[in-house]
Amino acid sequence: MSVTAAERWIRPAKQQSALVRLFDNKAFLIIACLLPAIGLLGVFLTYPLGLGVWLAFTDTTIGRRGVFVGLENFEFLFEDPIFWNAVFYSVFYTSVATVGKFALGLWLALLLNNHLPMKSLLRAIILLPWIVPTVLSAIAFWWIYDPQFSIISWVLIETGIRETNVDFINTAWPARWSLIAANIWRGIPFVAISLLAGLQTISPSLYEAAMLDGASAWQRFRYVTFPMLLPILAIVMTFSIIFTFTDFQLVYAITRGGPVNSTHLLATLAFQRGIPGGQLGEGAAIAVSMIPFLVFATLFSYFALARRKWQQGESND
Amino acid sequence: MATVDIREVRKAFGTTQILHGVSVGIEDGQFVVLVGPSGCGKSTLLRMLAGLENITGGEIAIGGRVVNNVPPKDRDIAMVFQNYALYPHMTVFQNMAFSMKLAGAPKEVMEREVQKAAKILGLEQLLHRFPRQLSGGQRQRVAMGRAIVRNPQVFLFDEPLSNLDAKLRVQMRSEIKELHQRLKVTTVYVTHDQIEAMTMADLIVVMNHGRIEQAGAPLELYDRPANLFVAGFIGSPAMNMMEGRIADGHFAGPGGAAWPLPANGHAPPAGEVIYGIRPEHLRLDPDGIPATVQLVEPTGSETQVLLRIGEANVSGAFRERVSARPGDVLPVSPDPGLVHLFDKKTGQRI
Ligand SMILES: Nc1ncnc2c1ncn2[C@@H]1O[C@H](COP(=O)(O)OP(=O)(O)OP(=O)(O)O)[C@@H](O)[C@H]1O
Ligand SMILES: [Mg+2]
Repeated sequence: MSVTAAERWIRPAKQQSALVRLFDNKAFLIIACLLPAIGLLGVFLTYPLGLGVWLAFTDTTIGRRGVFVGLENFEFLFEDPIFWNAVFYSVFYTSVATVGKFALGLWLALLLNNHLPMKSLLRAIILLPWIVPTVLSAIAFWWIYDPQFSIISWVLIETGIRETNVDFINTAWPARWSLIAANIWRGIPFVAISLLAGLQTISPSLYEAAMLDGASAWQRFRYVTFPMLLPILAIVMTFSIIFTFTDFQLVYAITRGGPVNSTHLLATLAFQRGIPGGQLGEGAAIAVSMIPFLVFATLFSYFALARRKWQQGESND
Repeated sequence: MATVDIREVRKAFGTTQILHGVSVGIEDGQFVVLVGPSGCGKSTLLRMLAGLENITGGEIAIGGRVVNNVPPKDRDIAMVFQNYALYPHMTVFQNMAFSMKLAGAPKEVMEREVQKAAKILGLEQLLHRFPRQLSGGQRQRVAMGRAIVRNPQVFLFDEPLSNLDAKLRVQMRSEIKELHQRLKVTTVYVTHDQIEAMTMADLIVVMNHGRIEQAGAPLELYDRPANLFVAGFIGSPAMNMMEGRIADGHFAGPGGAAWPLPANGHAPPAGEVIYGIRPEHLRLDPDGIPATVQLVEPTGSETQVLLRIGEANVSGAFRERVSARPGDVLPVSPDPGLVHLFDKKTGQRI
């Protein structure tokens, strides 16, 4: 009896308030939901980017609103050996550091993917360089590379390997290599941990199958690990290239672009010219000139990472 | 093609003993099925054969050669994994040719051998697909193709059909059997499905808790199970087991029913025993033991009836149609040639 009664009971249609009806309106909802995101992107991303690009075409200096000067800033830069030196060093720094980071990071990841005693502790230790704020590690390197108080020099002298202090950052090439070493040190954890995550998605039975098929350890890496790691390797590499190319903190904190502008990256040079130098237009032009390189790196990732054929199709395993 | 000898093999992971001395002799060309409940150590034994786990104790010989310290690739075996373990970034062709590629075989040989295996398995049209683009059954076949191409002395299968649906499983079962009849390669096959074991094996090895309970031909295990475990494991529906004692040349079972003793000549000693009778070996018999019908399940070809005798549930499977309804009394009697007696304490066959 009561069951039939319950079935018969019909929910009375309630008169909905205007506010409720407003929130049921699809167009209104779309706008309401997108507004915060668009606002944030506009204020913090598009506006600064647009302003930066605009400044690159003006002769603005600090304290003086500039006028549009067309490509004059770029023409000036193209004649400027310091700018070309920064372009060279940015590319060199990025290439060498990326190769170093990936060689060492992959090696570490392969090592950590094995059964090791105290594996989690090791993983935590490896993450350390990345957790420490960059400026802090930059200051540490500043001391490590100090002409007089360098710990490396001290150790080398104490053990009798060298007689004088090592010159890390006082001449051009040693300074360039020292900065690259610091960048590699800082970048390894990101690479190693990301690749480790990739390695762990490879099913152990694939290695067992390869072992039965007669593959040596190197062949297992060459034919199983590497091709299966390639997609994640490409993503991580793109990120790493972008972060390295736009690096600022390490270089600025350790050498400030010196000695004699030999270690300027485009980012540090842009800052140097724009803020302490006051030439906002020129600084912005340097920053804008990074865009082609970054677009190239992104396109590289887009095409190199484009999902391979074997990854496509239904995913049921 | 080779014999496989497993002698007193033991396995421990750390301090936990998994296999406690397992011995099996496998003849050349035999199809051996390792069967047992989950966790009994079947896969572990198979992986030890393959060389993927090291051997804690005992010896394994393939073709007369002790392989305890021989690496997997030199054991001349091929294995089909439960998840197939196909290389996802290689096409079917590349998957099957991989071992030859590693061995540095010339292109024509690879092409020829892969085509040959693909023909056997009906994979010719799929050679350029990636594993993702295949159905479960096709993947299974590729995994077998990869094994066939290697032309091994021994095939190892670890539950190769457990990822397939029931119908495909039956089909692949007969395909594997046919393949074996054709290639006549010694095969060790792991499953926990006793029907698969019964239908495919020349020799069934029933394992439990890291020990072999019984090894023998399928019908031997069905007709003469060595102990309660095998009796309960082999056969479907499962054997009825009743507790009681031997008295006056009868088995006095639940509810005081008197069951005939096995007609094998020698009289068992009096005492507590377990009396086993398979459902399909019960007959409808007007002079039999009265049983109350609880449930009738006609399947068409036979009728399964759940009966109650005393406080024991007994199931029967009858070829004839049974028109009884729950609550009716249905007299049944066992075929005396087909009853089993087990010692209550040790569980061993008497
Ligand atoms: N690497 C390992 N370390 C520790 N114990 C293990 C390891 N591998 C297997 N075992 C244990 O060994 C026992 C047997 O495992 P095994 O995989 O051989 O079982 P199985 O008979 O194949 O079962 P299933 O039918 O579920 O596959 C299990 O109790 C399992 O927990
Ligand atoms: Mg298993």
